[in-house]
Amino acid sequence: MTLDVILFLLLALIAVAAAVGMLLSKNTMHAALFLVLNFITLAVFYLILGGPFISMAQITVYTGAIMVLFLFAIMLLGAEPLRGKDKLPWQYRLALVLGGLLLLESGYFLFFRRTGLDMSGTAALPEGFGGSYALADTLFKGYALPMEVAGVLLLVAMVGVIVLTKWNESRR
Amino acid sequence: MLPVTYYIALSAVLFILGAVGVLIRRNLIVIFMSVELMLNAANLAFVAFARYYQSMSGQVFVFFIMAVAAAEVAVGLSLIVAIYRSRRTIDVDEMSEMKG
Repeated sequence: MTLDVILFLLLALIAVAAAVGMLLSKNTMHAALFLVLNFITLAVFYLILGGPFISMAQITVYTGAIMVLFLFAIMLLGAEPLRGKDKLPWQYRLALVLGGLLLLESGYFLFFRRTGLDMSGTAALPEGFGGSYALADTLFKGYALPMEVAGVLLLVAMVGVIVLTKWNESRR
Repeated sequence: MLPVTYYIALSAVLFILGAVGVLIRRNLIVIFMSVELMLNAANLAFVAFARYYQSMSGQVFVFFIMAVAAAEVAVGLSLIVAIYRSRRTIDVDEMSEMKG
């Protein structure tokens, strides 16, 4: 139990520190790499929570595909900090105050009110939970139509991206 | 095994950091990355609840969120590149008019 807590706190610290580093780094490339670190930590969390397949999907899809897209865009547009002064300096402080308020609210609701969640830790998992067989069983038996819709969505997004790029090139 | 509340709390912290990032940063790409952070915080909550209720549906939904995020990133980044081509900047404070 104590080892679990130490592991959780260590990983949570890495995840939060990476997120804060992403927010504060001036260089966009550094921000993207901090986000990669955050995603990998989340993949480890998924492993702990009994989702080996989803954990590997997190690494291949998020850190492998999505972040590479981000890095391509950053290389195309330049990673250096923005020039010019901040026109809305009050916005920064207001955002921090509102974020702190939201944090207090969620902390209050999670820890000081009865949420109906069991605080004693969760029960042992059945055999094969989170593996590719269990995931495919649920996905294709219970969520076949949403999966088709997701496929159509990806196709439409791909066509849309091509149209956007082509339209820009023809207009120039 | 830790109580699920810990994971939900971490997910809330990450979500709030992403929301603050959307509000305080001016760089369009970093704002977009903050949105990804918020999506991932939601994913963590989904996986934690899937563990808690021992139901695979939560993990299947994480799968769908990943697919939607991939589509969103592709379209969003191509929009950012289009904006950069026409305005020569990705500072959101500079984009205060609808005219292209």
